[in-house]
Amino acid sequence: MVTALRRRVQLFVTCLIDQFHPDTGMAVVKVLNRLGVEIEVPADQTCCGQPAFNGGFADAARDMARKTIDVLSVSDAPVVVPSGSCGDMIIHQYTRLLEDDPAYGPKAAALAARTFEFSQFLVDELGVRDVGASARGAVTYHACCHGLRGLGVREQPLDLLAGVRGVEQRPLPECETCCGFGGLFSVKLPEISSAMLARKLENIESTGADTIVVTDVSCAMHMNGGLRRRKSRARVVHLADVLASTAAGGDTPAPHA
Amino acid sequence: MHTNVSFYRRAHEALHDARLQGALDLATSRMVSARTTAFAAFPDGDAVRDHARRIRAHTLSRLDHYLDRFTENVEARGGHVFYAESGDQAVEYIRSLARSRHVRSIVKGKSMISEELELNRALEADGMTIVETDLGEYVIQIGNDHPSHIVAPIVHLTRHDVAALFKRTLGATDAEVADIGAMTALARRVLREAFLGADMGISGVNFAVAETGSVCLCTNEGNGRLTTSLPRIHVALMGIERIVPTLDDLGVMLQVLARSATGQKLTVYSNLLTGPRRSPGEPDGPEELHVVLVDNGRAEVLGGELAEILYCIRCGACLNVCPVYQEIGGHAYGTVYGGPIGSVLTPGLRGIVPFKDLPQASSLCGACREACPVRIDIPRMLVALRTQSVTESPAWLRAGMSVYTWLATRPAAFRLAGRVGGAMLRWRSRDGWIDRLPGPLKGWTSTRAFPAPPKRSFLAKWQAEHAGRPQPTGDGANSTAGPTGNTPKAGAQ
Repeated sequence: MVTALRRRVQLFVTCLIDQFHPDTGMAVVKVLNRLGVEIEVPADQTCCGQPAFNGGFADAARDMARKTIDVLSVSDAPVVVPSGSCGDMIIHQYTRLLEDDPAYGPKAAALAARTFEFSQFLVDELGVRDVGASARGAVTYHACCHGLRGLGVREQPLDLLAGVRGVEQRPLPECETCCGFGGLFSVKLPEISSAMLARKLENIESTGADTIVVTDVSCAMHMNGGLRRRKSRARVVHLADVLASTAAGGDTPAPHA
Repeated sequence: MHTNVSFYRRAHEALHDARLQGALDLATSRMVSARTTAFAAFPDGDAVRDHARRIRAHTLSRLDHYLDRFTENVEARGGHVFYAESGDQAVEYIRSLARSRHVRSIVKGKSMISEELELNRALEADGMTIVETDLGEYVIQIGNDHPSHIVAPIVHLTRHDVAALFKRTLGATDAEVADIGAMTALARRVLREAFLGADMGISGVNFAVAETGSVCLCTNEGNGRLTTSLPRIHVALMGIERIVPTLDDLGVMLQVLARSATGQKLTVYSNLLTGPRRSPGEPDGPEELHVVLVDNGRAEVLGGELAEILYCIRCGACLNVCPVYQEIGGHAYGTVYGGPIGSVLTPGLRGIVPFKDLPQASSLCGACREACPVRIDIPRMLVALRTQSVTESPAWLRAGMSVYTWLATRPAAFRLAGRVGGAMLRWRSRDGWIDRLPGPLKGWTSTRAFPAPPKRSFLAKWQAEHAGRPQPTGDGANSTAGPTGNTPKAGAQ
């Protein structure tokens, strides 16, 4: 384990973790604290605006972007985001959205430069692959699209999982193929979304793993919703949930439901 | 183009077509793994893709210049160039050329732009016989079908489908359709007759080379060569963007084209045609070469935010890797160009309103951008198209988004809405799950349970745990807070 650098970061917890997976937020804090990182949680954070942006609602996305920039710019501490989608939004899309805004354009660029997706922060910034976690059982990793292709999150979650004592990692066939969530796509084109989900769940079931690890809670909700309907024992959890686990010989944690 | 039936209907039918699903699984997985293998063995692959992109970007930034050079060089070698602003003009030119040269029968190489122009139909109406010589296109033709993929027209068919078709339309015997080799041999015999008797050969163009006035054709079957050297007239049909400055540039493009399309280093035949027959004594080559440059909306696209779509070299890799295409196939798009490229190109060339559904049919996963040999950022353009057509969004979505935005810019209201919404969801839930979401959200619960949110949000828990502690001032090491703390903000509840 790395020796404690006295670092301080802001947590942009994301609207979905805040509402649907608060324990994952707690897990992120726990892992970072264990590594000697202090956490600020800006109380006024809401939503990064990605659903609006992807849906073509550019003005709405800009409003939410400006708000988020304001909230995260009170402190100049780096921002950690436990989501590849929201991370990609803040790191790449804010500057595009606000390129014609003389006030917020530069602020967006400044924020982007100090914002990190959670697994990238641990591995690339802190240089840590072993966070002192231990758990039990077979896990498989699904690579969420925005983190993977938007931010280049590829090896980092796998390295971190490899550092978890007691866990058996199994490769997921077609692990880089989209699960079919796609935000509003999941309700606007539900049949196609569900067909993509079915394919993903068949691949998951073929591994025999009980726990699927992801870096985005949005994809987790979509996949867990499908697993629930299939009455499957398998559950999708966020990487932080696994990394926070220190139960000696304990099971990998299940999501809240 | 069957635009009367909606995209949603066609996608629905495709998803329930077991035969199609089987065919798509086979074809796309094969092409995806072939591409992956080819690039894994290509040490400079990424650098060459970057170079290929730069060539396309540069060419399109000076398109007029390169089209002029190309035209000069074709004409210097005795060829003719016709610039068609519209598809109709292109069709007219070819029709009147055929009439004036007493053309009766035509052989055709694969050309997606000829599909765009619906050229075959126009020529057949004039009494010409046209035979498609690309095997996949030939199957399409005799089956009265449409291609479902830019490079491999019949991915939606299995060999059993083709066997049945050959028996029905060609009177083939069981032996003649016993396997793919037999069917290919049968088609070859039929097509040989067509080649030998044709007055005109119409081909597409993979790349036109400005420096030499050459037309490059890439085929795996050799039909490109025969189509363009046996008949006395060769018509080469191309979109104005299918041009590269020099032969060296062509070399770069060829390194990525076949690898991206089929995983081959090069297609079996790469033909470089420069002008018609040089002298009457030459044993092969057409007497006349006519290159038809087709605009048909492309020049308009050049100036705008979709300009990058013109970099496309028609390799089809984006279709193969697209998880949506893998589920619904090409016909569901209902347009000449389907898949990720088609979802941008079609609205770009023809306008967004009649094709507003296509850019929605994507989870924005980015696999297309990752596979594209010239790194076209298709997801960016899909969002741009969605933004252009946002007023066409359903009313519930527009209203919902307004409300959501209002709340998201007012933290206290957002928290309250979260508590209220959460309570409503928990009220509807059983065992922590909701099995039926109302109204337009019911698409989710058709196949997925929806989780009931826990009573306390993360931020609520955090506030409760950290209320009353001294606040950090955001200046790093000087903080007086304990291990964790809140950033101060007036109005935080």
